[in-house]
Amino acid sequence: MTTVAALSRPELGKRLRTTGIYLQTGQFITHVTTPFASVADAMHLLYADYPLLDAAPFADFHVGVAPPAGLRRWLRPQARFVYDGTHPFLPLPADQAFPMFEWGLNWCVSSRAHTYLILHAAVVEKHGRAAILPAPPGSGKSTLCAALVSRGWRLLSDELTLIRPADGQLVPLPRPISLKNGSIEVMRAYQPGIVMSTPVADTTKGTVAHVKAPSASVARCAELARAAWIIFPRYQAGAPTVLTPLSRGRAFMREAENGFNYSVMGPTGFDALGKVISQAESFDFSYSVLDEAIALFDGLAAAAP
Amino acid sequence: MTPVLLQLLRQPAMAPGLTLADWDLALRQAASARLEASLLAMLETAGVAAALPEQVRAHFTWAQVHAARHGRAVLWEVERIGAALAGLDMPVILLKGGAYALAGLPSGQGRMFSDIDILVPKDMLGPVEAALMMHGWRSTDEDAYNQTYYRKWMHELPPMQHGQRLSVIDVHHAILPETAAARPDPRKLRAAALAIPGHPGLQMLAPADMVLHSAVHLFYDGELDHGMRDLLDLHRLLQHFGGDPAFWAQLAPRAAELQVGRVLFYALRYCQRLLHTPVPAAVSAAADAARPAAPLLALMDSLFERVLLPHHASCSDGLGALARFLLYLRGNWLRMPPLMLARHLFHKAFLSSKKH
Repeated sequence: MTTVAALSRPELGKRLRTTGIYLQTGQFITHVTTPFASVADAMHLLYADYPLLDAAPFADFHVGVAPPAGLRRWLRPQARFVYDGTHPFLPLPADQAFPMFEWGLNWCVSSRAHTYLILHAAVVEKHGRAAILPAPPGSGKSTLCAALVSRGWRLLSDELTLIRPADGQLVPLPRPISLKNGSIEVMRAYQPGIVMSTPVADTTKGTVAHVKAPSASVARCAELARAAWIIFPRYQAGAPTVLTPLSRGRAFMREAENGFNYSVMGPTGFDALGKVISQAESFDFSYSVLDEAIALFDGLAAAAP
Repeated sequence: MTPVLLQLLRQPAMAPGLTLADWDLALRQAASARLEASLLAMLETAGVAAALPEQVRAHFTWAQVHAARHGRAVLWEVERIGAALAGLDMPVILLKGGAYALAGLPSGQGRMFSDIDILVPKDMLGPVEAALMMHGWRSTDEDAYNQTYYRKWMHELPPMQHGQRLSVIDVHHAILPETAAARPDPRKLRAAALAIPGHPGLQMLAPADMVLHSAVHLFYDGELDHGMRDLLDLHRLLQHFGGDPAFWAQLAPRAAELQVGRVLFYALRYCQRLLHTPVPAAVSAAADAARPAAPLLALMDSLFERVLLPHHASCSDGLGALARFLLYLRGNWLRMPPLMLARHLFHKAFLSSKKH
């Protein structure tokens, strides 16, 4: 199997500029074209382990990041996400081209792949049991996710929890983890040698950088997992590490609010979420010290199911 | 080269012969025309949906989930509209997508649309608008010019949106503007309307009228954003009703009676040319009475046969945008006398607030 790592940086850039590449992430095949060097740099760094299909006859998504037409490109360069010839979002400053690619790819999956109930949540797994970390903004979900993954938890996804309606199993879609603002420095300190894209300032989410998903997680992307815990994280400076049980009813309602396609799925989505909630224990979790948080998660994973 | 989507719509049974690369393009063309779920319904009817490649099947399933949700939302919306208007003691005639869906017509299977359209007597517009407002709908367009434009000249109220569900209803009192040269008499349409089985109080247009309204919408209006979908509506309506010889016998005479013979001519022509819709020779001959002169027809062919294709790069020769613009002008030209049109376009271009 060829991976993106088989291409040199110049070769990857050339392909992205011309024919595009067929990139496999989880079970989705995406055809990507872009003239932006910053996107090629970040893909070369973060997507090295992902399968590359040469001359694939079929792609689930045909996407690109391209400069808008017109004079603007000389004045204040911009980038826009292209979905098969259409432009679903407003353009952004050109230096945000790679974050835009990541957000655009999330959008492709969450707005189309309705074979799964899709929640806005991270998923990590250890010893065959998975923790879903739903994500209201500012919860510190991605930081916690990146920290867990740096300490041996398998990454299923940082943004998109895919739930298979038939049995409530979680389907991995390991992609780079998106860190914001202060958590970029926090993770650099927490995991020396962390592989991270160049931070991009002044996005709608502040400064953003993406962390490479572990090779082992990418390699195991066909391995489904069962949810054991649904943990709503909440980072609060100085807060003690506290896990508080949450009733299934409340957990259900809060999860449904975090669903990208919960309302599109109708009764199927309701049943799928019900399966996950009944299989798992739900908690509120407040923390401020990453090591303590990891120790608590490791304790959960070590306890007999 | 005929776009692969068109080949599939013409002849769903050819699906098993497609390669994965063909499917890649067909699904993209279908997605750009929002026709994936409709295409799946046609493949299922043709009995070839079971043999699809796995990746292709997945894309159709995605679309099917969306279409199912759409179907539930339409049923609920129509029920709420029925409840809002129940006190008026008047049949509500559903038009287009809403009617296809509620009546279970093949043209409703998988069809995605954004508004519910209803037809009511003109003298009931006031009570209908008031009842809808009492139940949470309101006019979306605050612009005074647009309000006047709709109320004075158009065949419908300004679109109304529900405050909570954000769904949009278009309340029509006719199927063409007051200002258009052709004036199909709405009383005739209402008199021939039929009950929608299983939905008391709701009606739909009679088969010939339904086809003609669909054709008026596509070939008289300037907006062809969903040209392929709307042409497929006509194709599926003609196939469905075409089993009844009486339907074919009525079609051309009814078009003449409603002053829309030219529109029927175009509908049959482009259905036959683009989708290979079977039309009895006698009906084509009767519709030919309204055939335009050869130079005009050549122009219309070059415009419609561009604009009715999916708006996808693989279906465009680069002139699609120009063709759409010319047909937009034509649509407005047909809707109003020249002086009024000039005034209207001037207002839209320079005076209306930009967000509209």
